[in-house]
Amino acid sequence: MAEQPLFKVTIDNVTVEVPAGTTILQAARKAGPEVAPPAMCYYSKLEGSGGKCRTCLVEVSKGSDRDPRPMPKLVASCRTTVMDGMEVKNLTSERVVDARKGVVEFLLINHPLDCPICDQAGECHLQDLSYNHGASGTRYEFQRRTFEKHSLGDKIQLHMTRCILCYRCVMVADQLTGQREHGVLERGERAEISDYLEKSLDKEFIGNVIDVCPVGALTDKTFRFKNRVWFLKPLNAHRDCPTCSGKVTLWNRGDEVFRVTARKDQWGEVEDWICNECRFDKKKTSDWVIEGPREISRHSVISQNKYIGMVKPKETIDEVIGKEPRLFLDIHDVSQVNEKDRDLSLIEGPAHSTDFKEKDEKKQ
Amino acid sequence: MQSLTNRKIDVNRSPMTFAEKIYIPEIARGMAITLKHFFKKKATYSFPEQKRPFSSVFRGLHVLNRDEQGRERCTACGLCAVACPAEAITMEAAERLPGEENLYREEKYAARYEINMLRCIFCGLCEEACPKDAIYLSETYTPADFARKKFVYGKPDLLIPNPVTEPEAYQKALGRNVETTAEAFEKLKK
Repeated sequence: MAEQPLFKVTIDNVTVEVPAGTTILQAARKAGPEVAPPAMCYYSKLEGSGGKCRTCLVEVSKGSDRDPRPMPKLVASCRTTVMDGMEVKNLTSERVVDARKGVVEFLLINHPLDCPICDQAGECHLQDLSYNHGASGTRYEFQRRTFEKHSLGDKIQLHMTRCILCYRCVMVADQLTGQREHGVLERGERAEISDYLEKSLDKEFIGNVIDVCPVGALTDKTFRFKNRVWFLKPLNAHRDCPTCSGKVTLWNRGDEVFRVTARKDQWGEVEDWICNECRFDKKKTSDWVIEGPREISRHSVISQNKYIGMVKPKETIDEVIGKEPRLFLDIHDVSQVNEKDRDLSLIEGPAHSTDFKEKDEKKQ
Repeated sequence: MQSLTNRKIDVNRSPMTFAEKIYIPEIARGMAITLKHFFKKKATYSFPEQKRPFSSVFRGLHVLNRDEQGRERCTACGLCAVACPAEAITMEAAERLPGEENLYREEKYAARYEINMLRCIFCGLCEEACPKDAIYLSETYTPADFARKKFVYGKPDLLIPNPVTEPEAYQKALGRNVETTAEAFEKLKK
């Protein structure tokens, strides 16, 4: 086969050379995060993803060198392949900015404003998208569609109200586990992710649907309501896993492992799929070899209070007085938060009032 | 050296005259100033008999709010804790069980909520951050105490009384009986 010709594409005045057959979105990602359009449904590691959410719309101001006419309508960059000499406008085009604002409004029409409750808050792509590209208010006056929350298997919680129907989870189940038992039922406004006849999903890699979900529709039940992501320390860790690569991110508070997720790259996509055992069952620091803190973009709320390469000043008071200084108050003697004998991370599923009550009764 | 301003006055180092040496006129002048203050309006209040009204934007002790049905508004979203510059707020969340709908407004709530008043600087950022109108800074001071451990305020210390079961205590906690306008302040001063 002859060598693939390289196509020159200009996206927001940044020129990159990409092989033929690359999509505009991939070329833009190669050009840099400043010009890359956001994507809610497209996932580079899932075959056939993209083309559903319309957030990656761009304007093609010049089709190619051979045919320089602009494309009449905005195109979905995740599904349109590049041509030689193509010129694409993303944020420099007013039409795109306006259209994206409309798309965000549509995505948010039925999305509940329950970010204070949602476990995805802080790492939610829809949150980022609406802050960056959306309007501050809603014009929608009607009843939002609601669903009962339900469980996909015993470890995954589905909040259908939050779903934006990106189909990523359906593709994960299809392509990763080899046998999917859930899909999208009904059509249009009533469409919903469902496992038919409440069949439980217990395939080896099904936990990855939590990581690919751009919103909080699919969340980890073992982590549910236990902590906010920005209070946890993300750590790179690995273990010898017979089924997967074993490379994960641990989300710790102190030495407690609150959550295990796959490592995500700068586009929020999983680097290596991880298996259910790593994700749900290995909730002890001793199960893992910790490599070090994971770098988080400083634009993320998760990066607050995390300093890379921080040097603490040396404590000299004990050298001067010749002994450890006496503490007036050890906060753990008084505080009822994070008590020594109540490990939230070891409770199966979310904590309930009973978990706290038993403790209170014991104290009396 | 050339002086930078024209406000400089050189110290008078000439020897004192007889009138200055006997000091009596100067003592009389000092006493006059002291006596004048006896008849001036007092700048202080005799607390606690007389209480100084709070300004309408006063930021005092925190209150965890309830809604009109007496359910706790806080959903343990952690925004107050992340906004807190002193890192005084900590919390632990729990899921509402069926049958607890009359206690908690949302499906998730703060099972533990603590403010360390030793750390708190009363900046009011928690109040601003709260998306659920759950935390307010009230018009009371944090009471003084001898023990440091008394300053870690838990949920029982912070929650406002239930408006359904204890309406009187609730009204008192709202503090609407105290006038906080500028006119009231002036009236009390006179």
